Amino acid sequence: MIRLDNLTKVFDTPKGAVTAADHISMEVPSGEICILLGPSGCGKTTTLKMINRIIRPTSGKVFINGEDTTSLDTQDLRRNIGYVIQQIGLFPNMTIEENITVVPKLLGWDKAKYRERAREMMHMIALEPDAFLKRYPSELSGGQQQRIGVARALAADPPVMLMDEPFGAIDPINRAVIQDEFLKMQQDLKKTIMFVSHDIDEAIKMGDRIAIFREGKLVQYSEPDELLAAPKNDFVESFLGEDRALKRLNLVKVRDLASEEIGLVRPDDTLATALQRIESYGYLNSIVMVNHKRQPVGIITAPVARTTQGHCRDHYQSVPVVVSLDDDLRKVASLMFAHDMTWVPCVDDDGRIVGQITQRAITHHLGSRYRAHSKGDDGVALDEASPSSAPKE
Amino acid sequence: MPTLNLAGAGRLLVLVAVFLAGVWSQSSGVIDDFIFYLPDVHYLAVQHLWLTVMSGGLAILVAIPLGIWLSRPSMARVAESMMQVLNVGTTIPTLAVLALSMSFLGIGTVPAVFGLFVATLLPIARNTYTGLKGVDPALKEAAAGIGMSPTQRLLRVELPNALYVIFAGIRTALAINIGTVPLAFLIGAGGLGELIFTGIDLYDPVMMLSGAIPTALLAVVVDMLIAITAFVVVPRGVNPGRA
Repeated sequence: MIRLDNLTKVFDTPKGAVTAADHISMEVPSGEICILLGPSGCGKTTTLKMINRIIRPTSGKVFINGEDTTSLDTQDLRRNIGYVIQQIGLFPNMTIEENITVVPKLLGWDKAKYRERAREMMHMIALEPDAFLKRYPSELSGGQQQRIGVARALAADPPVMLMDEPFGAIDPINRAVIQDEFLKMQQDLKKTIMFVSHDIDEAIKMGDRIAIFREGKLVQYSEPDELLAAPKNDFVESFLGEDRALKRLNLVKVRDLASEEIGLVRPDDTLATALQRIESYGYLNSIVMVNHKRQPVGIITAPVARTTQGHCRDHYQSVPVVVSLDDDLRKVASLMFAHDMTWVPCVDDDGRIVGQITQRAITHHLGSRYRAHSKGDDGVALDEASPSSAPKE
Repeated sequence: MPTLNLAGAGRLLVLVAVFLAGVWSQSSGVIDDFIFYLPDVHYLAVQHLWLTVMSGGLAILVAIPLGIWLSRPSMARVAESMMQVLNVGTTIPTLAVLALSMSFLGIGTVPAVFGLFVATLLPIARNTYTGLKGVDPALKEAAAGIGMSPTQRLLRVELPNALYVIFAGIRTALAINIGTVPLAFLIGAGGLGELIFTGIDLYDPVMMLSGAIPTALLAVVVDMLIAITAFVVVPRGVNPGRA
C-alpha cells in the first residue's frame, strides 16, 4: 500500500515559486496499479519522484505499507522500491546479468542466490537466460531493453514499484505486447504500483485506478470505468476525449452484460418452429442451432425458414461468430459491426451456449451510467474521489 | 611478357629507393655516426621516459580527482570557471612555464617535472570532467533510483561510462608530454632534448636526428600502449573499439 499525505513540492525558479504538486493525498491499495495521468507539466512525475525522493518533497508524507518513510535512510528506501524510467537507464558498462543483479548485490545477497535470481527474472520476462545474460544492453532491441529494465526493478522483489512512462519510448506494437506481458506478471506478483502515463488508452488498459492531474492538483481519482462514465469536470472530460464511451468497451466483459435468455433450435426441430422462435425472440435474421451439448453447430436464417419446409438439420449455415464470456465489449462491438448483427451468442469455456449479448444491452450499459451522473449534481467534492469512497458496482 | 601494374611499379620503386638510401648511408658513414650516438640515445631515452612518467603520473593522479571533484553537482556553479582557469593555464607556452618554474625552483629535474606536470594537467582534467558530465542523466537517475550511494554511483556507473573519454584525455596529454620533454633540457633536466638542441647548435643533423627520431618513436609507442590499456580496461559495453 502506498499512501500520500498532503505531498507538496514547490520549486524556486527565477520567475518565482512554482507549485509542481499541491497537497496531493491519495492511497493505492496493495496489489493495485495506480496510473498518474495528465498533460505534461501537471505534476504527475513530480509526485511519483517524491515517493523515492529523487525529488525531495517540500512538505507532506509518504507511507509505504503503513510505515512513514520520512525516517528511513534514502538508500534503504530506494532499494526497497522498484524503479523503472522511460529512458530505461540500463547501465551500458554492465552485462544484462550485472544489470539485473545490481540491487540484490547492493542488498548483500550471496552470489549463488543473486545469479539464480537473474535466471529466474529472465524466465519471467520470457527471454532466454543463456542467450542474453552475458550480453550488453547495446546489443538488445528497445523492447528487450525495457523488459530487462522491468526485471532489474523486480529483482530484489520490492513490494512497491514506481514506473515513469515505462513503455513510452517503445514502438506501438511492442508496447502493446509488453503491456500485456506486464499485466500477466502483475497477476502473480501483486505489486503495488504507481505508474505515470500521458496516454489515456494505456491508463485504461493498465490501471486499477487512475489519478488525473492538472496544474499540480489531483483532479479526480477513480477506477477507470467510473472515470469514463462520470468525469468530474470539463477538464477531465476533454482530457478523456469525446470517444470515452467507446473506451469503456475495453473495461467491460461479456460476462457482465450477457443475458441468459437466448432462442435456440435443435437439429430435430422443424423450420416452422425455427421461424416461430425467430419471431418470438425478435431476431431479425437468424437463430442458432445447437447440438445435444448446447454447442452451436449452425444458424437457421429467417428467409430459409420462411420459404422452405423440413428439419433444421438439413438447412443450416455455419455460425458466423460467437464470443466467450471473458472477451471485452470492444471485441464484441467490432464483431457485431463486421457481421452486421445486433446480437452475438456467448459460449463458456467448453463451447456451450450460455446466453447472448445484444447491441441494445451494450448501448444501454454505456449510456445508463453516464446519464445517471450527468443528471446528478456535478459539483462532486474532491475528497469524494478518495479510494475509500470510490464507488464500485 | 607480363605488364607491371601501378602498385607493382610503386613497390619496385620503394625497394630501389630503400636500396639506394642504404648504399648512400653506408658510403657516407651516416650509419656509423648514428651508432656512435647509440649509448647516448639509450641513456637519454631512459631519462626522457623517466621525466614523462613522473610528470605524467603526477598529472594523472591530480587531474582525475580534480575532474571528478569539478563534475560533482555541488560544484556545478564554479566548475566551468575553474575549467577556464585551467584553459588559460594551457595557453601559456610550455617554454614559458618551464622558464617560470625554473625561476622559482632552480634548475634540474624538479622544475622540469613541475613544468611538464602543469602542461599535462589540463587535457586529463578536461576530459575527466566532460566525460563524467556527459554520462546520460537517465543512467544517473536510474542509479540513484535503485538505491546506489553517491560513491557507488561514481564508481560503478559514472566512471566506467566516462572511462573511454578519460583515456582519450590521457593519450593526448602524454603525447604532448613526450613531445615537450626535449625542452626540459633547456633547464638542465636532460632527456633526448640534449641531442636535439646540441645538434642544432653544432649544425650536426645526425646528432639532432639521433634525438628527434627516438623522441618521435617514444611518442608513438606510449600512445599505442595507452590505446591498448584503454582497450583492455574500458568495459566492453561502452568500448567503441570492442563493440
